[in-house]
Amino acid sequence: MSSLEAAAGYKPSRTLPIWAEVKRQASRRRTQLALGFMVVLPLIVLGAFEFGNTGGGDDDGDGGGAFSSIADLATSGGLNFALFCLAVSAGFLLVVVVALFFGDTVASEASWGSLRYLLAIPVPRARLLGVKLTVAGLYSLLALFTLVGTGLLIGTLRYGWGPLGSSIAAELPPAEGLLRLLGIVAYLAATLLVVAGLAFLLSVLTDAALGAVGGAVMLCILSNILNEIEALGDLRKLLPTYYNDAWRGLLSTPIQTDELAQGTISAIVYATIFWGLAFYRFTRKDITS
Amino acid sequence: MSALTDRLRLTRRRVIPAVAAAVVLAAAAVWAVRPAPESWTTEDLRLAGEGGVELDARFYLPADRDGKVPAILLAHGFGGSKDSVRDEAESLAEQGYAVLAYTARGFGRSTGQIHLDSPDHEVKDAQRLLDWLATRSEVTTDSAGDPRVAAVGGSYGGALALLLAGQDQRVDAIVPSITWNDLGRSLVPGGVFKKAWAGYFFGSGSADLSALAALTGGGGGPEREGPAPDVDPACGRFAEDVCKAYLQMATTGIPDETTLALLSRSSPASVLSKIKAPTLLVQGAVDSLFPLSEADANAKGIAAAGTPVKVAWFTGGHDGGEGPANDSDRVEFLTLQWLDHYLKGEGDTPSDDFTWSRVAGFSATSRDLATNGYSAEAYPGIAGTGTTDVAVTGPAQPIANPPNGNPGAISSMPGLTSRLSSLLSGGVAIDVPGQHANFSSAPLTGAIDVAGSPTVRLRVASPTGEAVVFVKLYDVDPNGAATLSAGLVAPVRLTGLPADVTQAQPVTVTLPAIVRQIEAGHTIRITVATTDQAFLSPATPAVYTVAVESALTLPTLAGTPIGDPGNLWWLALAGVVGVILLGLLLLLVIRRIRHRRRDVTVIEEHADTPLVVKGLRKAYSDGFVAVQEISFTVQRGQVVGLLGPNGAGKTTTLRVLMGLTQPTAGEIFVFGHRLVPGAPILSRVGALVEGPGFLPHLSGYENLKAYWQATGRPWADARFEEALEIAGLGDSVHRKTRKYSHGMRQRLAIAQAMLGLPELLVLDEPTDGLDPPQIAEMRRVLQRYATDGRAVLVSSHLLAEVEQTCTHAVVVNKGRIVASGPVDDIVGDSPSVQLDVSDVPAATRILEELGVRSVKPEGPSGLIVDMNGTPRSELVASLVGAGIGVDRLVPRRRLEDAFLSLVGDNSRGSGDR
Repeated sequence: MSSLEAAAGYKPSRTLPIWAEVKRQASRRRTQLALGFMVVLPLIVLGAFEFGNTGGGDDDGDGGGAFSSIADLATSGGLNFALFCLAVSAGFLLVVVVALFFGDTVASEASWGSLRYLLAIPVPRARLLGVKLTVAGLYSLLALFTLVGTGLLIGTLRYGWGPLGSSIAAELPPAEGLLRLLGIVAYLAATLLVVAGLAFLLSVLTDAALGAVGGAVMLCILSNILNEIEALGDLRKLLPTYYNDAWRGLLSTPIQTDELAQGTISAIVYATIFWGLAFYRFTRKDITS
Repeated sequence: MSALTDRLRLTRRRVIPAVAAAVVLAAAAVWAVRPAPESWTTEDLRLAGEGGVELDARFYLPADRDGKVPAILLAHGFGGSKDSVRDEAESLAEQGYAVLAYTARGFGRSTGQIHLDSPDHEVKDAQRLLDWLATRSEVTTDSAGDPRVAAVGGSYGGALALLLAGQDQRVDAIVPSITWNDLGRSLVPGGVFKKAWAGYFFGSGSADLSALAALTGGGGGPEREGPAPDVDPACGRFAEDVCKAYLQMATTGIPDETTLALLSRSSPASVLSKIKAPTLLVQGAVDSLFPLSEADANAKGIAAAGTPVKVAWFTGGHDGGEGPANDSDRVEFLTLQWLDHYLKGEGDTPSDDFTWSRVAGFSATSRDLATNGYSAEAYPGIAGTGTTDVAVTGPAQPIANPPNGNPGAISSMPGLTSRLSSLLSGGVAIDVPGQHANFSSAPLTGAIDVAGSPTVRLRVASPTGEAVVFVKLYDVDPNGAATLSAGLVAPVRLTGLPADVTQAQPVTVTLPAIVRQIEAGHTIRITVATTDQAFLSPATPAVYTVAVESALTLPTLAGTPIGDPGNLWWLALAGVVGVILLGLLLLLVIRRIRHRRRDVTVIEEHADTPLVVKGLRKAYSDGFVAVQEISFTVQRGQVVGLLGPNGAGKTTTLRVLMGLTQPTAGEIFVFGHRLVPGAPILSRVGALVEGPGFLPHLSGYENLKAYWQATGRPWADARFEEALEIAGLGDSVHRKTRKYSHGMRQRLAIAQAMLGLPELLVLDEPTDGLDPPQIAEMRRVLQRYATDGRAVLVSSHLLAEVEQTCTHAVVVNKGRIVASGPVDDIVGDSPSVQLDVSDVPAATRILEELGVRSVKPEGPSGLIVDMNGTPRSELVASLVGAGIGVDRLVPRRRLEDAFLSLVGDNSRGSGDR
């Protein structure tokens, strides 16, 4: 008995099962609030549109409307409503939510002091990060799909199921439009990898959850600000948020894909670097929390 | 550890990583935008033109040229100067050409008047510049006075290049872009004056006046024929004949003989047959000033003379600008290929293939349209390689011509370089109701790739026998949104018309050449309008009747996509993902190999020992040594106390023991297995280190459950009930831990450490926060726990606690072991006692008679007595018997004094544990 390498039933690869981590996070108020807000936001947007419409009559129905902006088209159908919800969230809300899921996950365990007990189980450090990363990713995807799903549902209930109007090209039939919308969701998910990578790295480097989440959001804002400075020229292409708007290419006919690919490359490379650094650091550092 | 590593670690600890990242980013930015050493030199010159005109010029020379280099004469567009072609000049100089950029006469700082690329003025100026180039020692010459030179330019400069090549055989190649063939036809297409463009350019030639007045205010040279203060305000810097021609044309709308003659002299059309210099013609498809048909006419004329000519179209022009990046890249590539071959003799002869581009979608980053390039084997002209006929229908309709053409339809916005998206997929074009007739097709069954000039047959009736109409082709999407591709219209002036449309003879109208894919499901609409704000239409009101013959002929062109960059990026993406996956796989393989090779040998002699610590040392990166050297052993059945003041290194030792911290030196064996961070053997150890750590939003019960789930071990092994009993939290176990008191958390943490009844239990200050009854209970629990071959290691800074709980003790101070062994040996009774007596000298005497080893006085009434085996009762009896009062007798313990002094000395400010 005494020469056993580990306690009975212990296997490194079975420690901290994904499902256990999902439950750890699910019971947290911030997870519930973040996901809840993804449901509430489309409702607020709907309310805002309804409020704005009570005064005047319905001014839809002019033929040239197909070329107006995403906001003007938001009430033209469920697809457009969901698209609008995505478009208004992409720049900041989704960044914050993803930074929250990825930035909070390790740092909060460190600040509670529970991280050292997980490591003493022992959950191998790489496995701990891997599971944390996977679960944060799952929650981020869940948030994204909750937002789109809710937008699609209440948009369709209120404005009906119709073609996806685009500010750039002609209307897309509903089936095609839904595919495009899913494509946009996929691309947004890819660009959010940058935030995910950054927040996760900071989460590993600091014991303060707020520092990790806030730091990631702030660096994203910094990148956005630099992106506005045209004097930087081609240098801006190196900014992690440079390609964030490329999803609009999915609204044009035919689809403009090269920037989608460039944006995805940029996001994947950044995420790989950040995650790589996170793993490198975490598997070597002294846990002092 | 070297000093360097020390410093690095120090930095890493202190500087917020985000700041480090920002610094790296900033450094990268500075590095990237640092001024690159220029690879060319410049020389600002004032060169003599024809007739005493002074030309403002800048001569660029490649810095690293090897011997003589060919030259390029770079001419600017209308209203520009040598500075407006600076970027192009620099990039050509970088490619190893001597570039002479100059300001044409009548513009910028050059003197003289604008003669519209007249062969007698501007073209002769350029010839003088060729003479000058031939005198430069840096420039390659073909023979004396004949430099190896190409003329390059756009619009006004492009026409100059063509006219120069037609007038001077010294020119070896030309690259004219977005320029005209026949200026008369360009400004008065179909006999209708293009007033918006003409006015825009006339204005820009005049507007230069004030700037020039300021420039020459300091006193121009006597030979300057340039604007004197008394310059005619109506003509600005235009030469008198040019000015007159404009005024005549703009007033009547129909150019007279003189005007036509002047425009004709300024048109390359007349000299095309004399051009021997190989010509690359670049023309824009979004250009309502010089449409594709102008380049087509130039190409045909030059080719007829047997001169090599190549044509390329791009999505841009006077309306659309330089076009998307891939278009300007393609044009730059073709230009260099052309120049390199015909000037430097480098590279194969450029092939005859024809390249163009078509809208491919919307680029979100440039917020405008993106295009794809296509190529065909040969230039097809503007009639396409094939045609598709589309039937358009509609009854004959009356349309009104309003007086003075107002209100007028809008097709393009001359002079305002617009976004491509508004010109190619937007709704700039507006028709005025009552002034236009529509003739629509059925929705297309398949997409048509139009490239060239569509033709349509029109019948028009007018009560005056004359009519000016504007014919347009709209691409109408299924929602009814109509796009006038590139804002191009065909103006037509018709005469000799009948009053009744049934008697009208059909006339064929050639629409401007467009490049556009009209998608399936879209309809094509031919609109015939009476007005257009860009043109001068008749002032007299009239009502025409128009009808369109059924067949609309669309020229089509099939091409091969030029390496679609989009696909390349997807390939690159696949590559990146592949590389990352490969790297990940490699890492996993390496980890697996390392895992296999890791030291799994069991040290047999320790195999049954729960814990062996050997020579443990931990130095932190800031130089603080928390643990100097600690070695001890925990055997089965023992409760070992790690005793020491705060800061002695107890917690650091335990942290290393839990795999949280890497030791600097030394090794730890748990049941003979070497302990490293994350070693599986840790699963046989239960721990409470540095206080409890719970998820505050879960109850105590849920926390224990979550913890056990994280171990991945079978539920039954947890021994949950026993642990809960030890915690003794009662119903509070279902409250959230954030509401727990310190003691409750402590008990829950001990329970958590005991989950699964690990064979070695490591507890850091377990009684911290517990009240005395709980402490007593905890002692019993720990002593019970250490039966059945289990062992417990407890750290504490309280001597009494160790004494009462532990079987063995290890006393540490300042990172070193001071004493170790069974508690009885260490903290048991020592042979001496402390006595407080009423009479010290008498007591001393009596005690010495009893045969004790030593008696030392301590204080006014105290004595320290080494008993040497004499029972304490005997000692007290003797003293009392001798009438000496005994106030107090305290057995002394061996380590007590030493330990208490340690704690007293070290409990403050001893730093990080």
